[in-house]
Amino acid sequence: MAQSESPTLRHFVAYVEDQPGVLNRVTSLFRRRCYNIVSLNVGRTHEAGISRMTFVVEADEDTARRIEANLYKLVNVLSVEDITEKPNLIRGLALIKVTVGQEKRSEVLQLVEVFRGQVIDLDTDTMIIELAGQQSKIDTLVTVLAPYGIAEMVQTGTVAMTRGVKGEAATGASQQPPASIRSVSAA
Amino acid sequence: MASPLKSMTEPNADPAKPKPETQTLTGAQIIWDTLVNEGVKVVFGYPGGAIMPAYDALPQYPAVRHVLVRHEQGAAHMADGYARASGQVGVCMATSGPGATNLVTGIANAMMDSIPMVCITGQVSSAMIGSDAFQEVDFTGVTLPITKHNILVTRVEDIMPAIRQAFYIASSGRPGPVVVDITKDAQQNSCEHRYDSSPIRLPGYRPEHHPVPREIERAAEMIRAAKRPIIFCGHGVIEANATALLLDFVQKTGIPVAQTLLGLGGFPATHDLSLGMMGMHGEAWVNTAIQEADLIIALGMRFDDRVTGNLKTYAQNAKKIHVELDPAEINKNVKVDLPLVGDVREILRLLVPQLEKRNCDEWNAHIAELKGDSAVREIQSLPDNGCLFAAHVIHDLWRYTQGRALVVTDVGQHQMWEAQYYKHDYARKLLTSGGAGTMGFALPAAMGARMACPEDDVWVVAGDGGFQMTASELATCAQEDIKVNVAIINNGYLGMVRQWQQFFYGGRYVATPIKSPDYVKLADAHGLKGIRVTKRSEVQAAVEAARAAKETCIIDFRVEQEDSVYPMVPAGADLDKMIRRPVPVAASGELPSEELPGEPLKDVSKAHNPIFETGKDH
Repeated sequence: MAQSESPTLRHFVAYVEDQPGVLNRVTSLFRRRCYNIVSLNVGRTHEAGISRMTFVVEADEDTARRIEANLYKLVNVLSVEDITEKPNLIRGLALIKVTVGQEKRSEVLQLVEVFRGQVIDLDTDTMIIELAGQQSKIDTLVTVLAPYGIAEMVQTGTVAMTRGVKGEAATGASQQPPASIRSVSAA
Repeated sequence: MASPLKSMTEPNADPAKPKPETQTLTGAQIIWDTLVNEGVKVVFGYPGGAIMPAYDALPQYPAVRHVLVRHEQGAAHMADGYARASGQVGVCMATSGPGATNLVTGIANAMMDSIPMVCITGQVSSAMIGSDAFQEVDFTGVTLPITKHNILVTRVEDIMPAIRQAFYIASSGRPGPVVVDITKDAQQNSCEHRYDSSPIRLPGYRPEHHPVPREIERAAEMIRAAKRPIIFCGHGVIEANATALLLDFVQKTGIPVAQTLLGLGGFPATHDLSLGMMGMHGEAWVNTAIQEADLIIALGMRFDDRVTGNLKTYAQNAKKIHVELDPAEINKNVKVDLPLVGDVREILRLLVPQLEKRNCDEWNAHIAELKGDSAVREIQSLPDNGCLFAAHVIHDLWRYTQGRALVVTDVGQHQMWEAQYYKHDYARKLLTSGGAGTMGFALPAAMGARMACPEDDVWVVAGDGGFQMTASELATCAQEDIKVNVAIINNGYLGMVRQWQQFFYGGRYVATPIKSPDYVKLADAHGLKGIRVTKRSEVQAAVEAARAAKETCIIDFRVEQEDSVYPMVPAGADLDKMIRRPVPVAASGELPSEELPGEPLKDVSKAHNPIFETGKDH
């Protein structure tokens, strides 16, 4: 492969038909082509029969374009957009159960407030914190809470959306696929 | 279960129009009715439990000929060969479980070479799916990575839309195999049916791409500016039926053409500007020309590792224009300067008129110099030195078939010799397993090709190893009265592996000596014709006898055992660092004075073949 810049985390949004096996097709493609998935999230949208995926992949620019092009080859994939370079919102959700008794409880509550998290469950020895935000924010809270003792935690995959008007990846539109692959840096 | 398929192909409801007449058919009948409507003339298959309803309905559809194979792999390769030879979709059929998994090699082979194929498989009844029922295999799961698309059909209403989609997907854009896995209950149930010929709507499937005019202009500029341009003719040229346009392009510009293995026949091999095959077993002048070129115009090919060798040193001096229908191939292996994403024919049609007439005389003269003495010469008048070389067999086969045979090769040494010595002037007259390198491909694929082109003189060129992998299909030849000619290049070894062992594994021939049955007796046992050839002087008579025979004829060519394919770029080596042909030592025992590319060889009788080398006949 021609040398390209080092891999970075890239965020893709894909609309797919809500059919059995589609998730399998997408992940099978990633596995087969050795694309490294960091996070993957799927859910239904407001449009019937259409699901939306957000996936975070470690890839350089070149690989990112081929990921896009390869996804377009899947018959059930309606559209794909690499939103890494676009103004975007990226969020994940974490539930963190901390083992904390009464003596340290206010300390932890203060921390949660700083991170704008929410305490959604509380009993004598534990507390469950809900935090939405970028991965780095979640990671930092985990680091900060670790000394108190984390009993368990769970995260959703990252979800992402471009800001402003509807993104390029409009549902069902039969736009010309991977525009990026076609645009050549004109000499 | 939801029925997404139905909604996609439902014709627009028009209340004014009277409802078209339908008839109540079983799923099994719908399968055949749909196939007939898709223009299918022949299906290669093997029955079994889960596909029995379909087979039971087959006699009601006499428009379809069924060829009973001996192993499902044969069915897949036959459908593949049929598709390659005709350009139409090939169809094979198998039952669930082992029947279906036996197709897998053939499906993967078709996928690697972008062959339009539809595989219809039976599946256990929908209520039993997931229960590890008898002969249940998750076939859509198994074939996920080796098909262009696959569909599991569990409802009778979905059969027709699924098969229609399969044909559309298999044959549009970059072609590929599609599996339709149909449960037994879907075949047994009935519904109202009428073949729907309305356009298929698949919102997520966009097979077509069109270049923008600015890109075509830029390509024309790059071609104008180039001093040492070279055209690559790949499989896409043949798939897109762009051979005539390519010829125009070359006549107008004088740019020399190198072919990929699957591109052979896409440009006439006997044309002055045809360089021959590139890559691992390409001739030295071809690979050297690529390394020296200042512009590569790659048409419908994908820079496979067998073509490029070491990517770091590959064609460093050349700007690259990549004409390719699949955007995912752009910059995959080789970084290109100008991708033109679209159909080769459409792009050439736009590009060629923008080019002025020019020549590349200086560059072509330089390539001619590179060729030097090693260019192929007529061998007719060469003395017979008593050895039968594969190169002789294939060269003679070319001569005695007037270069017009439809040749189907297997995989290995003979495949490379065929590519080097059989000069293909016509598209779709060389069928070979390129990407997957599937041994056992030749015989069944040739049978499929013969079904597609019954007037053609179809020749199987196979090694003794690969031929034995699917030799059971000889019985199919006999039963179905399919006439092909078989040239077995029999050297008693798995020759290509033996060659690698010789070159790279210290000459340790592990598990490569292979014993064959007596092919003449084998042919006889099938009621077919068999001939043995051990001398060059017998080749012509054998070829002519085979062509004259009504039945399939096997010729057992007993060739030199430890012959190798030259030149060879070792896997991953620089493209111009080739292992060259051995050079015979002169009678005096002295080496010729000029620098020799290959290793000196004392025993002339062991020389690879006396066609090439230093230009001196012996």
